[in-house]
This record gives sequence, structure tokens and C-alpha cells, in this order.
Amino acid sequence: MDFDYTEEQQLLADSVEKFLEKTYTPEMRTLIVGSREGFGPAAWQGMAELGLLGVPVPTEHGGFGGGGVETALVMEAFGRHLVVEPWIPTCVMAATLVAAAGTADQKHEILTLLQAGRLKLACAFTEPGGRYALDHVTTTARQDGDFWVIDGAKSVVMHGDCADLFIVAARTSGDATSPHGISLFFVNPGEDGVSGQEYPLYDETRAVDVRFDNVRVGIINLIGVRDEALGLIELAVDRAIAALCAEAVGCMDRLHALTLDYLRTRQQFGMPIGRFQALQHRAVDMLMHLEQARSMALLAAMRVDATDPVARRRAVSAAKELIGRAGRFVGQQAIQLHGGIGMTDEYIAGRYVKRLAAIDTWFGDADHHLDRFHAAGAAQPPVLLPTAPRSKWKTL
Amino acid sequence: MNLDFTPDELAFRDEVRAFLQAKLPQPIAAKVLGHKRLQKDDWVVWQQILHAQGWIAPHWPVEHGGTGWSAVQRHIFEEECAAAGAPGVMAFGVHMVGPVIYTFGNAQQKARFLPRILASEDWWCQGYSEPGAGSDLASLKTRAERDGDHYVVNGQKTWTTLAQWADWMFCLVRTSSEGRKQEGISFLLIDMRSPGVTVRPIITLDGEHEVNEVWLENVRVPVENRVGDEGRGWTCAKFLLSNERTGIAGVSRSKRELAYLKQIASAERADGRPLIDHPRFRDRIARVEIDLMALEITVLRVLSAERGGKALGPESSILKIKGTEIQQALTELQMEAVGPYALPHVPMAWGDRWLGERVGPEYAAPLAARYFNYRKVSIYGGSNEIQRNIIAQGVLGL
Repeated sequence: MDFDYTEEQQLLADSVEKFLEKTYTPEMRTLIVGSREGFGPAAWQGMAELGLLGVPVPTEHGGFGGGGVETALVMEAFGRHLVVEPWIPTCVMAATLVAAAGTADQKHEILTLLQAGRLKLACAFTEPGGRYALDHVTTTARQDGDFWVIDGAKSVVMHGDCADLFIVAARTSGDATSPHGISLFFVNPGEDGVSGQEYPLYDETRAVDVRFDNVRVGIINLIGVRDEALGLIELAVDRAIAALCAEAVGCMDRLHALTLDYLRTRQQFGMPIGRFQALQHRAVDMLMHLEQARSMALLAAMRVDATDPVARRRAVSAAKELIGRAGRFVGQQAIQLHGGIGMTDEYIAGRYVKRLAAIDTWFGDADHHLDRFHAAGAAQPPVLLPTAPRSKWKTL
Repeated sequence: MNLDFTPDELAFRDEVRAFLQAKLPQPIAAKVLGHKRLQKDDWVVWQQILHAQGWIAPHWPVEHGGTGWSAVQRHIFEEECAAAGAPGVMAFGVHMVGPVIYTFGNAQQKARFLPRILASEDWWCQGYSEPGAGSDLASLKTRAERDGDHYVVNGQKTWTTLAQWADWMFCLVRTSSEGRKQEGISFLLIDMRSPGVTVRPIITLDGEHEVNEVWLENVRVPVENRVGDEGRGWTCAKFLLSNERTGIAGVSRSKRELAYLKQIASAERADGRPLIDHPRFRDRIARVEIDLMALEITVLRVLSAERGGKALGPESSILKIKGTEIQQALTELQMEAVGPYALPHVPMAWGDRWLGERVGPEYAAPLAARYFNYRKVSIYGGSNEIQRNIIAQGVLGL
């Protein structure tokens, strides 16, 4: 049992932090989120040059070969700096899918371009009416000679606005919610029949709703085994969730620090407001939520690579559930403790509060993951209950 | 970074399991697992078995009788003991006064008291709280006046746990009213058989006799029973409160109680199906389970930091607050799980000699009493509000 980072991990954490401190200043971020692209091409290129885009990519494909812990290190720093670039869909989700199930050509081409910063991907899995369910897939793909023909719609696709390539979940057999019969396809957003809506989210990232009408893609665009993609999709989403949990810890950490600064400096009734016990106890409760969240983000990071899917699901869903609750609590208390200033759009605290709220929603909120945690099954050995036979009546 | 035990640690776990299997008396384990009332002998018998094995005080320095285990080994030991239904080692001797004596005591005190603590030959109780000194402990008024080779002690202690069984009490007394109130306090060891010591029971809301008032009237205590310098008792008191950092969370016991809760909720039926299948109840269990998973990692992080030589002080208050919240939530859910059979109040039914007829399932009898009893855990050892003050000042710098 060990909670220390290796030297290599520590170096990675330090270099991400240094890079963001230097290049991802609040001023730069303001320019990025206000730009037409909605992401920073220069920042993305900088990440590519630093090797950040290849952190979760296996070494045999030129990546850093990082697992859950390395991904979490990067994401915690992204959380502190409110990074809006499409690292999760591209470097965590798409890289996972391609590395796990892609053909040799797909791996070579996609992973090389991806790490060079020349290919951003988005994963179009969930659908209108399907809420968070990954097995709710009504988008269809039927084979027609050397082509797949895709029809359907996908909802709230993370960073779909800037994606150069979609990975689309489509049904190749079975009914609308059957776990079997789902397949994955690369679809170029410029393909005939692809249309949609790009829109901003309240946390200053962007997403799309996308339609596929009679979209024809080549037979080589299938990723992995036909009909058997659900397990892969779940793995990619679990890795994304573990990454988001670490990001949330970065957000909460900064938000708590900002709040403490405010409590120490803001004067009312002739003293810093941090001297008032009612406020102190709220700040302590924020710390407890933060530390519990940190523990769960670590658990998710360590268990997301587990070969046993039950252990993985339990840890990831438990983490997402607790961090959903913790993020709400820390966000709400941060605004309350800042008072009016916490309500202003200008002050940075609100950005963290909004990002934490969005993180709770992505890939299933706390309630959703409580159900999934339960469905994942038990891990505890039973304790035997005492039993005694009843024999005759008696007055007590 | 990883969560797995090393092969050596796994081998150690097997050793602990084999020991518990062979040596833990089953009648005692059955009482612990079934929430039955334990008698003094249950603790003493088990502690003497642990002592014979050399495992009674793992956290003590080896030269005083500790085991030299790593923090992880201590964690494994606690985990296995709790799961097997071993009674927790009574804290007052081994966890509280023992470390104060080997840290601040003189050679005679160490030689006289430490072996008897390890062997459970003396039962200790804690003379801290007074009617006017609870959270504001330093305002305590029990006076100790010097008379030759003795102190003459007058005053009243309260909430003294299991003082009715105690041979000795470690006691904070005021030896001076000058200067800061913390500075006039001394740490005395008082023989409970001394003339002038009177123990009066306080019955708590579960109907049990667990705590007491202890009256001290002209009790003569030899000066040689003072630990540390006169007026330095507050240092001992603070050391004692911060000494046992990670065990305070009670994670191992809570894991056992969570498993027990699930068993009860599986056995209980509502609307023709097990209670555990009702989403509303199931979700409440799952939330506590997730909180407990997080707390376990938090405790392990503290252990890991300790091993790395980082000193952790006020952070341990987080473990106390969160740990007791979880303990209380579990007692509440266990009580609710049995529905109407939480209502019967038949204290004899959770005694160990009760052979009579029971009302409802056997496991239901003690659950309401336990729920009421466990309200204490967020009050004792520094209330959870005091713990928040400690964190606010010591960690957050407010």
C-alpha cells in the first residue's frame, strides 16, 4: 500500500503545473473561452509539444503509457486552472477506444495524429431521451456493400464543436436498450448527412447535438468487434469519469483556498469574518468534503485500470457519487461564504462552482451512480446474524 | 501509488487471522457481533490473551512492550480484530494513560504502572470532565493542595466511563490558580480505593450504567503519583488527545457494522420483499458505504504520510468527525431496519445470561439502545464542534 507518487509521476505533475502557470493564465483563458473556436489552438499545441496529449497513450504507440494515476495528475492540474481543451474526449476516451480495439492502421494513424495535436476527437454515445444510459442506442448502422449507413441523433456531445472526428455508437443489432448489438464507428463531421447544433455550456466549455441522416462511411471505419462495443464504451467512460473526479478535486482545492483567503481578509464588525465560528465550521465542512473527495478520486484512479470490471465499476461510481455531492457542497458553501462577491460573474470563484456542477452532470450524476454502484454488486463478506429458536410464550 | 498489500503484509494478515481463529473466545465474539452487553471479564480475558501473544499495545515503542509493527500492519490487525468480533481494547489504559506514562513519567512510574497496564491487571478510568468543565476542559476546578508528600484532592469528575470497574483514575487537577488556566493543571494518578473516592452511577438514555460521577473528598494522593512536572498536566492532556489518531475513525468496526446492517436489511421484509431491495433504504445504506470507502482511504493516506515521517496533528480531527458521523448513521439505519421491533425495551435481552423468550428477531433487541448510546460519540473526546474549532485554527489558520 502506497500513496506516494513515483519520481516520474511527480515530474509529470510538476511539469503540467508549471506549463499551465506560465501559459494558461486567467487572461489567456478568458481569450480562449471568448474565441470563435472555443478552445486554444496554441495551448493545445503547447500540450502536444510537452507530451501531455500522449499521457494516457500506451508507450508502444509513442505515448507516456500513463494509467489512471497519471491521468488524474494531469486532470487535477487542469481543474485548478479551469482548462477547457478537449483532453478528456481526445486523449482519454478516444485514445482508450483506439488503443484497446483499433486495427493496427487505426492505432498508428489516430494515435500519432492525436499526440501531435492534429486530431481532436469527440465521443457521440448518448442520445436524446436516453439520459445517461450507455446502452440506450437507437442510432442505427446498416451495412451496404463496402459502406456502413448511419442514421440517428446524439445529444450533448462533449467538445463536439471542435472535433475533427467523431466516434459514434450505433446499433448494428438488437433493440433500443439491448446491451448486445452496439458498434463504434469513426464519422467525419464534414461527411454528407451530418448536421447539428453547436452551443456553449454554462461552464464555458462547448458541446453539440448531432444528427446523422443516411451517412455513408467506409467499412474500415468500424472500431473493434461488431455488436460488442458496450464493454469498451463503458471502459472509456469510466476512465473519463475517473479523470473528471480528479479535475473536480483540483477545482475544489482552489475554491477552498480562495474561500479561506476571503475569510482571512474580509473585515466586518471590526474583524476578519473568518473569526466567526459559524463561518469557520462551514469552511471545515468544505475541507472534509474536499479530503473525502480526494480519497475517492485516488481510489477511482487506482481502480479504473483494474481487470475486474466489478471492482472498477464500484470504485468509479462510488467516486462519482461522492464527488457529485462534495462538489455541490463545496461550490454552494464557497458562494455563501463569499457573500455578494461570490455572486458576481467577474470573480473567478463562480467559474469553479459552475465547472463542479457540470462535472456532476457529465456521464451520470450522483443519483445515477448510486444506482450503478448498487448494481455493481457487493464486496463485503457477510456477517452472521444471531438466531435463537422460539419455544414458548413468556411475559417480559 | 497502489492499494494492494505486499506479500509480507498478506502473510501478516494470515497470521493475525489464524491467531484470532485459534484464540478469540467464541462467546465473547458472539456478544460483540450481536451487540450484547459485555462484562468486565470479557474485556480482561481478551486483553490478557492479546498480552500473552505480545499484541496488546502495537503502537507502543518496542522497549515498553510495543510490537514494532508498521502503520499498515497495525491497520491490518485492527481490521481483522474488528471483523472477527474481538472487543476493542479498552482505551483508558493502553491507549491513553500508558503513552502518557512512558512519555512523561519517571523511571519508577514506568516500572510500576506499564507492566500492569499491559497485563490488564489494573482497570483505568479518565478523570477529565467536570460539571463546569466540558468542552472548556481547562477551566476545571478540582483542587490538589500540597500537604507534605501528598496532594489533598477535592472536587468532582463526571462522565467517567466504567469508573465502577476501575482500580485507578488518571486525573487532571488544579494545583495553581495563578496565570493562564492551562498552566495550573497537573496530571495525577489516583488509586480508586483511596478514602474519599465515591463513584455514583449516571444512567444514560439507553438505560445503561456506563458513565459515572466521581466525587473526590480530601483524597490523599502521594506526590510520586504525579506524572510530569507540577503545572504541566495540560501538556499530558493534549498529548493524550492527539496520540491515537487513526483508530479514532473506527473504520474497521464501521465496516463490520455495515455488513451487519446489510444482513439485517436482507433478513427484514417489507411489502413481501427484502428491505434491502427497497430503493429508498438501499440508497441510504449505499451513501454510508461510499462515505466509509472514502474515509478508509483518508485513514490510509494519514497512515502513509505518518510512515513518510510527516507529522499529522489537527488533521486527525477530520477522522474523528467523519468517523463518528458514519458510526451514528449506521446505528440509526440498523435501528430503522428492524421497524416496529426496534420499539420493545427489554434490557435483559441483550445481557449475556438471558435465556428467556425474545420479542422479535434476536438481532433487533439491542438496536434502539445502541442508537441512543451512540449519540455520545460526537460528544466525547472533544465534541465534533470542538474538533471543527481545532481544524479551523490548526489547519485552516482562521
